[in-house]
Amino acid sequence: MFLIDCPYCGERDQQEFKAGGEAHIERPKQPTELSDDEWAEYLFMRKNIKGVQFERWNHAHGCRKWFNMARDTSNDEIKAIYKMGEKPPTQ
Amino acid sequence: MTQNLRVKSSEFIDETNRISFKFDGKTYYGFKGDTLASALIANNVHLVGRSFKYHRPRGIMTSGSEEPNAIVQVNPNSNITEPNARATEIEIYEGLEASSQNCWPSVNFDIGGINNFLAPLFPAGFYYKTFMWPKSFWEKYEFFIRHSAGLGKSPNTRDPDIYDHRNIHCDVLVVGAGISGILAAKNAAKNNFKTLLLDEKNELGGSTIFEANEDNKINHNSASEWLKKEINELKNIKNLEIKTRTSVAAYHQYNYLLARENLTDHLDKKDKKNKIRQRLLKIRAKKVILATGALERPLIFNNNDRPGIMLSSAIKKYSNFYGVACGTKNIFFTNNDSAYESALSLHNKGIKVEAIIDIRENSDAKIIKKINDAGIKIYWAHTIVDTRGYKRLSGVSIMKLSNDGTSVTGSKISISCNCLGIAGGWTPAVHLYTQSGSKLTFDEERKIFIPKADTKEQISVGSCGGDFELDEIIENLNYKLKNFLNINKTDFEGITLENDHETSKRNIWLLPSDQTIGKTKPFVDYQNDATAKDIKLALREGFRSIEHVKRYTTTGMGTDQGKLGNMHALGIIADTAGVKMGELGTTTFRPPYTPLTFGTIVGRNVGEFFDTFRRTPMNDWHIKNKAEFENVGQWKRSWYYPKEDETMHQAVQRESKAARQSAGILDASTLGKIDIQGSDASEFLNRVYTNAWSKLAIGKCRYGLMLNEDGMVYDDGVTTRLGENHYIMTTTTGGAANVLGKLEDYLQTEWPELDVYLTSVTDHFATASLCGPNSKKILNKIIPDLDLSDDNFPHMSFKEVLIDKIKCRIMRISFTGELSYEINAPASYGEAIWQKCIEAGKEFNITPYGTETMHLLRAEKGFIIVGQDTDGTMTPSDLQMDWIVSKKKYDFIGKRSLYRSDTMKEDRKQLVGLLTEDPNIVLEEGAQIVSELDQKPVEMLGHVTSSYFSPNLNKSIALAVVKDGKNMMGRKLFIPMENKNISVTVANTVFYDEKNERLNA
Repeated sequence: MFLIDCPYCGERDQQEFKAGGEAHIERPKQPTELSDDEWAEYLFMRKNIKGVQFERWNHAHGCRKWFNMARDTSNDEIKAIYKMGEKPPTQ
Repeated sequence: MTQNLRVKSSEFIDETNRISFKFDGKTYYGFKGDTLASALIANNVHLVGRSFKYHRPRGIMTSGSEEPNAIVQVNPNSNITEPNARATEIEIYEGLEASSQNCWPSVNFDIGGINNFLAPLFPAGFYYKTFMWPKSFWEKYEFFIRHSAGLGKSPNTRDPDIYDHRNIHCDVLVVGAGISGILAAKNAAKNNFKTLLLDEKNELGGSTIFEANEDNKINHNSASEWLKKEINELKNIKNLEIKTRTSVAAYHQYNYLLARENLTDHLDKKDKKNKIRQRLLKIRAKKVILATGALERPLIFNNNDRPGIMLSSAIKKYSNFYGVACGTKNIFFTNNDSAYESALSLHNKGIKVEAIIDIRENSDAKIIKKINDAGIKIYWAHTIVDTRGYKRLSGVSIMKLSNDGTSVTGSKISISCNCLGIAGGWTPAVHLYTQSGSKLTFDEERKIFIPKADTKEQISVGSCGGDFELDEIIENLNYKLKNFLNINKTDFEGITLENDHETSKRNIWLLPSDQTIGKTKPFVDYQNDATAKDIKLALREGFRSIEHVKRYTTTGMGTDQGKLGNMHALGIIADTAGVKMGELGTTTFRPPYTPLTFGTIVGRNVGEFFDTFRRTPMNDWHIKNKAEFENVGQWKRSWYYPKEDETMHQAVQRESKAARQSAGILDASTLGKIDIQGSDASEFLNRVYTNAWSKLAIGKCRYGLMLNEDGMVYDDGVTTRLGENHYIMTTTTGGAANVLGKLEDYLQTEWPELDVYLTSVTDHFATASLCGPNSKKILNKIIPDLDLSDDNFPHMSFKEVLIDKIKCRIMRISFTGELSYEINAPASYGEAIWQKCIEAGKEFNITPYGTETMHLLRAEKGFIIVGQDTDGTMTPSDLQMDWIVSKKKYDFIGKRSLYRSDTMKEDRKQLVGLLTEDPNIVLEEGAQIVSELDQKPVEMLGHVTSSYFSPNLNKSIALAVVKDGKNMMGRKLFIPMENKNISVTVANTVFYDEKNERLNA
């Protein structure tokens, strides 16, 4: 059970949060310009790596804000938490 | 007659408080402070159960939660009986009843005991190997296997006890209140850390508190006396909460631990009443100190399971702590010095110790001299090759071990005894440590797994960290605590320590016998009757992974989770397969550490508190008017309103007719309502719905369809424009929360530039939907001032009005195809407005109807229900709703996916109407549809999604999704059911009033 440091509320129990899949996948600005393959890449393709993964999380039973998390999937260590729109940490 | 084996007064036992209890129907006496196990032993009862597979007689083996054998049924004659309780953990109380398990008709004469003599027929994997053929016999086998499976019997009525949950946040959690845990907790609390100390036992002090080893001294005092003073000081320390009888069940990530606090199980029956029985502690600790101690290992030799064979440390505890002798003629069998302490404890209390058998060549420990002085014979480099006695140990046979320890030599010596203490060394209790995700390392010299590393958030101290001797325990504890808590000094720094050191070691996982292994029964897992030869068989049959061997032989899979024998299983595998134990790894230690009751897990969330109910403001009226209710998500919605003896079918038919012929009223309060405001609200709706919103006039309503980004229909509902920058969106009842979440997601992450604010107002409004040709007349009676003409208040428009000074929003929208009005009132006035409609509608026979009639009426009109007629694979086009998808808009959620090659395929499953050849047959929802009856295999074309008997059309109607359905209009298809094939014709989805004339009737 994670202890997640919501950037707006502080440390809260994982129960209050909802995971929202891989982060930093921007919705294409001009979807109609994309080929089926390019659209499918956006729509379906997600990484599932062993190591540090960037994820979207939502404080669903709290402030309802979305934010990003860098989590090591091999040991569930939360490496960083940062707001939407911010760049992922480089290390 | 039972014998009294009390040997001395114990400070932990209250001999003035005599307690009677029943075991297997017979009444015994014990004292306050006794466990069921200690009280039975005091009465010379050792035979307490039968083993699982061979039904061998078994006795009490341990004095703690690791007990594999003494598993009993508590209150066996009660409906709320509890199975699989450990006699070593049950504190006796007046009125306690318990019985043996896994035996019939009694523990003394057990029919299943025949399995013991048939044992050669029951090797590892017996069930897998035997019951595979013939295949068709499985059901018959299963019947018998199920009858003989399982241990105790489960209760058959509701648990009347109260359970609770509590959240605890602390700076330091200390698990285990032995000497390490007590010193750790004391120093943490003294340094201003909010500290919680937990121990599964009823007394603090662990094993040190009853130790009687004169060679272990702290500050020139015996270690136990010194510790008692320390415990006494705990009372005066602030910041320290202590909970005994509290077992940590699980250690999750980020220092989140679950513990079970036992509050009343030890109390007399009358004192238990109305009290919380057990409490689940949900602990989030900044730092965790594990001081969980170590478990003594047995030794694995032939017939090592007879009643009377116990762990050496347990015998010591029974004599020193409970004041009970486990036997009158004792022998110890050991590979280390600790058994000598137990032997000396007994000897000093006048309990006879016949001999000590040690597999080592010698030991230079000081205690050896005391044993010699006591005249106790020591057999060095000997092993037990067999034991005697069926229901109670009567003797052992020993032989000399060969130098390499793999065989025995010389002549056999027979010694009679009725209790045998076995001491195979100590296994650090690393269960919680590994549950937290931390890794172990194998100490080859000492043959133990120990924690690999401490962290900033967690340390292991004392014997669970691999420190077994007093001086190393205290010195390491001092060092670790200072680092972990970042303090300069502990309060025990500099105490003088005196203790002996063990230098001689010899470990043999499986001790040899003079018989071949095939003829012996060296038990590794006592509860599941897994022997060393089963493990060897598994290896011969090709199993290599420890996880596979465990499952095949069931080693470590009992209620004790192999706390005693798992290390031996690993050792035997390593020896047999010729690999190093460190490379083999361990099986996973899963929570809970000891079994939890279901009551503890669910706490207060039982009965009506199991899940939240949501009720509409008109709920009381529905109950008064005998509505039947349906669960829609968490909502309780009125389903139908039966009159007198009406069946559901009859009620729904009546309600449906009334709504079309005169007037009906539906409680639609559960529909999701989202208030949307902001200068970009119209643009926002353009992006989330498939149709266009910019041109919707203020005061008008529009139906919208929402897709997922994959192009599939996600939700639908009517949205009304209340002002230039103000809309109210309605969603499906079940989709409300998810729709809000999805809209917020897009606003926050993809379109943060939009000026839009969303507020869920579902609970703020109550909605009464007035429907039918007379609905206008009824509304006119309620609001005479409002011009209800089609010009002033046309279909798909909205008015804000006052009804008895209550501000209401009325939308003229329809989900039934009839003229209808949805009156939205502030929730607290919901029932009043509803009543007003009912009163006003009396002369028109206004009929309340529920969700079932609503579904029927909308199906007559071919209106979809998202989630019933769709399943996340339907595009608007599949639903024949191309009309709602804007061709002009550049983009909306899901638009691009509507042009993928798959979503554009002509022959996708599409929504169509179905009419049965026999209009009286109502299809089953979910029934499969085929075009051919003789073809094998037959292609499934689709399935029925909605089906009703329409009273207004006097025939059955159905909606279905059918492959290439749009091109099948008029085609005859079949619905094969169990006993018949039903012929149907593909039809239009709109069955009633195709021209929508009734909306303005």
